[in-house]
Amino acid sequence: MKRLLALLGLTAAFALPVRAEIVEQTLPNGMRVIVKTDRRAPVAVSQVWYRAGSMDESYGATGVAHVLEHMMFKGTKEVPAGEFSKRIAAAGGRENAFTSRDHTAYFQTLRKDRLELALKLEADRMANLVLAPEEFAKEINVVMEERRMRTEDSAQAKLYEALMATVFQTHPYRHPVIGWMDDLKSMTVDDARHWYERWYTPNNATLVVAGDVDPAQVMAWAKQYFGPIPARPVAERKPQREPEQIGMKQVTVKAPAKQPVVALAWQAPRLADPQADWEPYALEILAGVLDGHASARLNQSLVREKRLATDAGAGYDGISRGPAMFVADATPAEGQSVATVEAALKAEIARLVKDGVSETELNRVKAQVLAGQVFQQDSLFYQAMQIGEWTTAGLDYKARDTRYAKLKAVTADQVKAVAAKYLVDDRLTVAVLDPQPMPEGKPEMARNPMGAGHVR
Amino acid sequence: MSAKTLFALLFALLVSPAVWAGLNIQHWTTPQGARVYFVENHDLPMLDVSVDFSAGGARDSRQKSGLANLTRHVMGLGAGDYSERDIAEKLADVGAVMSGRLDADRAGFSLRTLSGKAERGQALSLLGAILSAPRFDAAILEREKARVIAGLEEAATKPETIGAKAFQTALYGDHPYALDESGEVDSVRGLSRDDLVAFHRDHYRAKNMVVALMGDISRQEAEQLAAELAAGLPPGEAPPPIPPVSPADQGMERVIPHHATQSHLFMGLPGLKREDPDYFALYVGNYVLGGGGFDSRLTESIRQKKGLAYSVYSYFMPMEQMGPFQIGLQTRRDATREAVDTARAELARFLEEGPSEAELAQARNNLIGGFPLRIDSNKKILEYLAVIGFYRLPLDWLDTYSAKVDAVTRDDILRAFRARVRPEAMMTVIVGGQLESPAK
Repeated sequence: MKRLLALLGLTAAFALPVRAEIVEQTLPNGMRVIVKTDRRAPVAVSQVWYRAGSMDESYGATGVAHVLEHMMFKGTKEVPAGEFSKRIAAAGGRENAFTSRDHTAYFQTLRKDRLELALKLEADRMANLVLAPEEFAKEINVVMEERRMRTEDSAQAKLYEALMATVFQTHPYRHPVIGWMDDLKSMTVDDARHWYERWYTPNNATLVVAGDVDPAQVMAWAKQYFGPIPARPVAERKPQREPEQIGMKQVTVKAPAKQPVVALAWQAPRLADPQADWEPYALEILAGVLDGHASARLNQSLVREKRLATDAGAGYDGISRGPAMFVADATPAEGQSVATVEAALKAEIARLVKDGVSETELNRVKAQVLAGQVFQQDSLFYQAMQIGEWTTAGLDYKARDTRYAKLKAVTADQVKAVAAKYLVDDRLTVAVLDPQPMPEGKPEMARNPMGAGHVR
Repeated sequence: MSAKTLFALLFALLVSPAVWAGLNIQHWTTPQGARVYFVENHDLPMLDVSVDFSAGGARDSRQKSGLANLTRHVMGLGAGDYSERDIAEKLADVGAVMSGRLDADRAGFSLRTLSGKAERGQALSLLGAILSAPRFDAAILEREKARVIAGLEEAATKPETIGAKAFQTALYGDHPYALDESGEVDSVRGLSRDDLVAFHRDHYRAKNMVVALMGDISRQEAEQLAAELAAGLPPGEAPPPIPPVSPADQGMERVIPHHATQSHLFMGLPGLKREDPDYFALYVGNYVLGGGGFDSRLTESIRQKKGLAYSVYSYFMPMEQMGPFQIGLQTRRDATREAVDTARAELARFLEEGPSEAELAQARNNLIGGFPLRIDSNKKILEYLAVIGFYRLPLDWLDTYSAKVDAVTRDDILRAFRARVRPEAMMTVIVGGQLESPAK
């Protein structure tokens, strides 16, 4: 939930000494290229964003977006399996990739004089991936291990998986990004190939480069390497709109754990028009009022004053291709029931709807927005990431400045209004982790309890 | 000037001057005895500050383990004129972000603030109060003890923390590095306000403090700011060094049953100090064994060739005294033995033949070529300042880094690995599905 603060971003209340410039061009094959110069360090970041994430998957093949991401490191005609990573490493670079509900992105960070290598290799695997069955057979096992590590063995991760599958009745956001285990078990290399052919085309991709670079040179390289890749028609995207929720939903997850967790998720609007919309900005400010700092309402009330919970938080992220949610969650303290804590979370929402927020609270959240705008410029990677996320979500990244102005303009009445409109039971899903005893018992751990801190 | 220094200078000048133009680390000691490390940079209107004390988990006793952690944590929850609510609100009012950290060696705070006089002044006055005048409110202490205990109980269900803890115990026995920094349920329950007050008085002293500053202030402002932070601290000397580690001669294997779908492996032994003549040989060598991600042998044999794990790695964790060398992985239950055996075989092969010249070249290229990425943000530079200061590394540590990596030979790596990573002394902890007795 703290991610929210990172997402809040920037505005120019005072002049920034390093005013980065952004240059953009669309290649004839439809690929967008966006270059942001930042000369603080002799480093460059390259990110290739594909507008294809788990929300574009179908039943029976969930997880294929992420599996293809793994396979993108498994060789092209010119660059054998594993070589991509080796060549970037030899150039002193760091590289990886990530898949989300909305997109798949591949990135490298390198010394500025090695950037060309990254662009050349990315262009190669956009067009020439081999997808060998024997590589797929090994890699699908790696992905299943990843799912075991992230989800199967984590009661909390299972809770959020169940929450998403309940909030959304038809929209593909109900599927986990990593896919359901059964779909992974039955996945074939042809599923991966089909995905690659469907989405990996320059007209469905955006290259974002940030760093100490010459934009004209980057554009020249982009044309040289990505330019020759022919555009292909991008598959039709069905709207798959989530129907109006018609009443509160509930789900319980029973899994080995010690503490219960209660999570509340309300369906909420996403940011669609950065100029005209105001509700998403008010929801962001609302999340800040509830959980922007250690004395924000939820922690102050549930954890510090009433001592009902050991943790409590809230969050909202309006930058997405699909429907958004407003989430609040808490871990009941020893001796407190889930029902009590759920009621306390809802009571804080009710207080907001009834009494609104004070100007002091509002200004405090806005001060954090302002500072966050400066702080985020310390990370080259994050700057590129924000451009990529906005673009892939169908938003004009240039509207980010508008967004900061709009966040600053949010009024106390607007915060109250969005709470009253969206944080209502008919839009709510409640997910509860019901902790179960450890199946193997607690043999030696009972005397010698295991701790949270460790040397790493 | 030694030949090595001369070489480093030549190397720095010849290879890529642009990359090296960078860090001018300024260092001084405040009148109260705090050591200060400062890099001035005005690119962004912000300031990063960290303060660290030799007041980590290794300062705990077994009976009161968790005391160092709780002291540092509760310090931030009410100090001087400020209630815990005031602290959070006044930080937020100026957009500042404060966080705490603690490991076995170090305890401290870091603060990120806008560099305007009003913003940084307010944020730093809060940090000053937290360091010098913590309230240790009894009711807040009880509440936070309950939260720590809840965290310990939840962690005790998770295979990764069960294994890490058993591994730490196996490596360090009676040494304070064996203690869980968060403490134990019983030890935390027994901690009193007096314990925290005494721990603070004995450890949070100017002569035990390292201040790192990075960002948009002048040297003069930095001097004043550091002096003010140190001014209110109790007098007295820094605590004595942490006692040396005596590694066991004989290793062992321990299997802890767990229901998880994956088994977790922890294998290793005490391996490396922060100031250690073999630091670079072990660091570069480990890149080839299991530190270099997809460049490493462990990833190649266990993930790439066999598909047995998503994550497999090895690392040396340099600490004031010998920190751990560890090989780790997670794999499905029925593959446990195969994965563990493969990891052991890779380690044996590495100890036998060391890296090839090609592997060593690849490691050098990555570590040297990637050097600019290590200092490309204020946050990363602050972290280096804090480490250089706390462990009293030479001020030119970053300047000589690439030359030292470049100088490492295959023989250096083999000799250093064979001296430190003794197979007969390896401790192995497996949490999960390998339920039958260990092989021997």
